Amino acid sequence: MTVRDALNSALDEEMSADPKVFLMGEEVGEYQGAYKISKGLLDKYGPERVLDTPITEAGFTGIGVGAAYHGLKPVIEFMTFNFSMQAIDHIINSAAKSNYMSAGQMSVPIVFRGPNGAAAGVGAQHSHCYASWYASCPGLKVLAPYSSEDARGLLKAAIRDPDPVVFLENELLYGETFPVSAEVLDSSFCVPIGKAKIEREGKDVTITAFSKMVGYALKAAEILAKEGISAEVINLRSIRPLDRDTINASVRKTNRLVTVEEGFPQHGVGAEICASVVEESFGYLDAPVERIAGADVPMPYAANLERLAVPQVQQRELATDLCQWLQLL
Amino acid sequence: MGILRQKFWTSSSSRPSSLSSIFIPAGIHEDHSTPHVFPFNSTGVSTRYSLQRFKSTQASNQLEQLYSTDDDDHDNSQALDFPGGKVTYIPEMRFLSESSGKRVPCYRVLNENGEIITGSDYEQLSEEVSVKIYSIMVSLQMMDTVFYEAQRQGRISFYLTSAGEEAINIASAAALSADDIILPQYREPGILLWRGFTIQEFANQCFGNKDDYGKGRQMPIHYGSKKHNFVTISSPIATQLPQAVGIAYSLKMDRKDACVVTYTGDGGTSEGDFHAALNFSAVTEAPVVFICRNNGWAISTHISEQFRSDGIVVRGRAYGIRSIRVDGNDVLAVYSAIHAAREMAISEQRPVLVEALSYRVGHHSTSDDSTKYRPVDEIVYWKMERNPVNRFRKWVERNGWWSEEKESELRNSVKKQLLQAIQVAEQTEKPPLEDLFSDVYDIRPPNLREQEKQLRETIYRHPQDYPSHVPL
Repeated sequence: MTVRDALNSALDEEMSADPKVFLMGEEVGEYQGAYKISKGLLDKYGPERVLDTPITEAGFTGIGVGAAYHGLKPVIEFMTFNFSMQAIDHIINSAAKSNYMSAGQMSVPIVFRGPNGAAAGVGAQHSHCYASWYASCPGLKVLAPYSSEDARGLLKAAIRDPDPVVFLENELLYGETFPVSAEVLDSSFCVPIGKAKIEREGKDVTITAFSKMVGYALKAAEILAKEGISAEVINLRSIRPLDRDTINASVRKTNRLVTVEEGFPQHGVGAEICASVVEESFGYLDAPVERIAGADVPMPYAANLERLAVPQVQQRELATDLCQWLQLL
Repeated sequence: MGILRQKFWTSSSSRPSSLSSIFIPAGIHEDHSTPHVFPFNSTGVSTRYSLQRFKSTQASNQLEQLYSTDDDDHDNSQALDFPGGKVTYIPEMRFLSESSGKRVPCYRVLNENGEIITGSDYEQLSEEVSVKIYSIMVSLQMMDTVFYEAQRQGRISFYLTSAGEEAINIASAAALSADDIILPQYREPGILLWRGFTIQEFANQCFGNKDDYGKGRQMPIHYGSKKHNFVTISSPIATQLPQAVGIAYSLKMDRKDACVVTYTGDGGTSEGDFHAALNFSAVTEAPVVFICRNNGWAISTHISEQFRSDGIVVRGRAYGIRSIRVDGNDVLAVYSAIHAAREMAISEQRPVLVEALSYRVGHHSTSDDSTKYRPVDEIVYWKMERNPVNRFRKWVERNGWWSEEKESELRNSVKKQLLQAIQVAEQTEKPPLEDLFSDVYDIRPPNLREQEKQLRETIYRHPQDYPSHVPL
């Protein structure tokens, strides 16, 4: 099942199960979704549940939050999370903080979803990763699926969750196919929020990643395996709340940590993971934590430069660097 | 559907008549299936009108519109087809003027002496309702004075008054039903007063004690009460406007006999959210009433620096929204206009814009001294000679429903309540420590449970460093 179909089927099933769930965003209806994630939903549920909006992120985000105040369950789609910045006041001040500020009188069961991070050749204003931006705000939950199983399970969990959830997809993953079990295809399937998944077990080094980088980490693990290094790959799934227990347990087993993310390094997700591990498992670390992140520059457009600005899996460089680094005791 | 009722403004009748679906000719929105053309006439001169109604966003459907040409100008029946419908064309280059020349007139019922203006349309009020409106206006005035003083004495940290806008607050609240959901800006506590929020409840919020419904998490005056259908006030300006449209959309889906009423000031209309909300409400046909309190000032920014349009009322048409300008200091006018607007919003499932003209008599808040940017005699003039409370009092007294005796009785009672409420609120315990960590999420996450545990341990070890009046 492709990630696209996984998201589409999750939306379909949740809308079918709960009449309060509705989808709102630019091009989600007639156009079947800018990335075809909402294909077929307008025909099935009608224009009252699948709303095409004017171009006003601040507008439709505010409206979605208002609808959530009154008990509806909106799924707000941003064409990319770059455009969520035009609505970020509503996400943070009207959604994330409302339950607390109103002392529980106003809950906001809303989901903000859309592609996040780098795509291919879309330039600086379409390639920003917002994982650490949203994950720093109390009141929000932030999820980042990788596989189709993640996409289905996490989106269903997000829609059912009474708190506001930021759901960070990845454009380049939409077309990727993953095997799914019968359990995943069941309409009641759900993945718990706040639990990371160990995609590959290992004993020499822990690699944490989320979204597209999980695939890269797994490829890197394959290469390392040929060099005799057994890497444990953790798919974070949930950026907030972060599954610190799983990460720390893994580091206590392997004694080495590499965090991988596509976004900018400063104040990134890796920085938080590093702090958490240093706070809780300092004695277990045999080497400093290594952060792999995107280059600290606005994303360039030229294809060659873009390739250099994001982490890549290089046969020779990664393996040798990692080997050299791991041999340093 | 699209019920259109004309009301001719006559100067002969002096009887009050009940209002229903009254509106100034602005544009006729009809059901798409049978477009009609109505000559709309307020003074006998034929007016220009245009008629347009769009179907849903189904791209495959034909757009159906009917346009009529201006018979004043051209006999030209040639039209151009463009997305958006047919337009006639003219060879002369004509810019629409930036202003229509004359300002949109303001709907008013009572003059400054509290007498009904001849020929007024208005919704008749009973003695009971009128006396209640007047009493609550006085209570609001007194509450503002006493709480403002309390801030000055350092007993609360912040306050802002609604001085000068008592009529907008109370008369609009009175025209609504308890099921209508309110999204205020912050200068509308009168609505809560009308709906039964007690003075003690106000004081509790201002003092942030354990009886505050907000659990002490917000600055003073940021009231909220789910049972009164009054959405919690938040400071950012105009964010409540698109939220109101969202709630209205929810009511629309539920087909409830209720609407959403949201307020903002003249300054709030400059925000992007104002544009998004109005535009969206028109497109989604949401049952929401937008009330703009145009009180002339946004802190120190006068409206001449805020916008260059003829106030806010003219903007409604730009979004396809029916609008009215009303004298915000006239209880009967505000009541009647909101009553009519509400009915339109619900029965026709459309947004309505009401611009209520008024004057902000008080400073913006306790953090402001408005004498620094406006003349003192201007403030005094509005406070003494254009006071909405005095004006309504004259009308109520003229009807034989009020007296000096009742006035002093009311004022004494309210004053007592106020002083008592403040005393009690000040002495009531603050919210417990546990409330620092609750409600961030639906279910408290482990990191917060841990932080609370760590905090309690620290307090246990160093009790002398912890404030004694905050319960654990």
